[in-house]
Amino acid sequence: MTTMTLSPGNAAVPRGPLWPRFTTPQVWGMVLLVPYVLVFLAFVVYPVGYGLWLARHPASYVALYNDPIFARAAVNTLIFLLVGINLKMLVALFLSGFFVQSRSWIRWLSVLFILPWAVPSIPTILSVRFMFNPEWGVVNNLIFKFTGEDGPNWLNDPSVALTMAILMHIWKSLPFWTLILMSGRLAISQDLFEAAEVDGASFWQKFRFVTWPSMQTLYLTCTLLSMIFTLGDFNSVYLLTGGGPADLTHVLATLGIRYIRLDRLDLAMASIVCALPLVLPLVYFMMKRLSR
Amino acid sequence: MRLPALRMPALRRPTWREVGTEARLLLIGIPVLVWTLIPIYHMFLFAISPKQDAFAGKLWPDHPSLNNFRIVFNQQHYFLRDFWIQFWNSAVIALAVGALTLFVATAAAFAISRLRVPGGRWVMNLALFTYFIPAAFLAVPMYRTMGNYGLLNNHWSLILAMVTIASPYAIWVLKQASDKLPFELDEAAVMDGATTLQLFRLVYLPLMMPSMVAVGIYAILLAWNEYLYAFLLLSRDTELTLPVALGNFLAADDSPWELLMTTGFIYALPPAAIYYVFKRYMVGGLTAGAVKS
Repeated sequence: MTTMTLSPGNAAVPRGPLWPRFTTPQVWGMVLLVPYVLVFLAFVVYPVGYGLWLARHPASYVALYNDPIFARAAVNTLIFLLVGINLKMLVALFLSGFFVQSRSWIRWLSVLFILPWAVPSIPTILSVRFMFNPEWGVVNNLIFKFTGEDGPNWLNDPSVALTMAILMHIWKSLPFWTLILMSGRLAISQDLFEAAEVDGASFWQKFRFVTWPSMQTLYLTCTLLSMIFTLGDFNSVYLLTGGGPADLTHVLATLGIRYIRLDRLDLAMASIVCALPLVLPLVYFMMKRLSR
Repeated sequence: MRLPALRMPALRRPTWREVGTEARLLLIGIPVLVWTLIPIYHMFLFAISPKQDAFAGKLWPDHPSLNNFRIVFNQQHYFLRDFWIQFWNSAVIALAVGALTLFVATAAAFAISRLRVPGGRWVMNLALFTYFIPAAFLAVPMYRTMGNYGLLNNHWSLILAMVTIASPYAIWVLKQASDKLPFELDEAAVMDGATTLQLFRLVYLPLMMPSMVAVGIYAILLAWNEYLYAFLLLSRDTELTLPVALGNFLAADDSPWELLMTTGFIYALPPAAIYYVFKRYMVGGLTAGAVKS
């Protein structure tokens, strides 16, 4: 026992007749992996396999193709990802530069700024939903007070409602990405900025030639990761607009619920299968980056 | 005469350039503050306003009161008749998910990172792959699967689903952290005659505590905040968790908004408090690991 080390390939004493090739620590390792492997088999492999099996009929895809809501949801998802995420990451990049300034009031502000990320999303989304209620919401109340006219029916206009859902998503996740980009900025050596200062670099030049080159990989990774997370953002859309009006603000994440309601599970699965060509390259890229 | 000399920097009048910089920073800071606080303040305002004040569109109610909290705590409304049991459900499920995720993930991370179990890299990659499947995509097949297992409308369905979602990231964070521990420690312990389990219990667990706190809290908050899975997997009123109960307020047109906002406020307090108390762990353990550049 005392001669045994943990490195594999070490000529350890073989233990037990059933496992002649493995050392005791390796056998223990396999035992310790069992809980996760069981979880993975029962709640990832089986559901995914079952889902793909449900989506096996070409007829499902034809039905999906003929469903205008699906096309609309796909377009909405693309708008959400391309416009929403890029806007969010640009603002996060800008604000990360703001929050790294050393002022005591900015430190206090950063404590408050993290609140949207720290609190659960449901109550705040419902709060925004009530703010924009056409009859009773505070926004239209204020509009009426100052202009004497009724405000618009915000969430009843599909493009306004989708914009609000995107803004809701940005409100919720902006602090997280700002925090991460801040840690990227803080990792840049101060010497570089001092050298740039001595050379008389302008604010923009310091960003262009010092900050951005050190942050571009992080920025790209964050953008792609955020896209993957956002594909699964159910709450911002479903609790704000419920997919309405007239199912025009659905995204792929909420479409599944719609098809469950219609009792068409095969369509729910088929719509996810249709999203895979978009998702898998992102996943592949992220795995390449993270599993080093 | 040392004191005046020391005070000098504080008394120095700021230059125009400095005033300009400060003004520009404020010009960014104030909109950021307003943008961040409006939805939360709106919720808070509703929670402390009597019904007639709540809809007046005032910045501060004329008669602020905690009456709404009393109504919620005493369950004195149709929508709130199961408030305490739903609160309890949320808490139990969150803690169970935290404990189970820690158990599953710590065991797996130890096996992969320290014991170098054959195939460990594969398991890690599969776990990462799961982490990158958007949770909403897995929800529909998960719903059917739980039906097939006969677990629908049972708290175990939500607990197991949340453990499935939480553990990949948990394993990854714990593996990153345990890769950083020196292997000489394990070798020394084995030299002294420690068995694998003793190594795990006496050497590995104490050293991994900070990361485990971070991961446990991550799982607890994830479960406490989850809406979609809870909404799909549970349906009886006395089994629901709080977020689903909040969502159910929307079912009626004449929902008591001030009570909904009060309940939401109460529901949001524990995770916010946990987040701020453990911020040190969260920032150190999670954001650093979330995106490796």
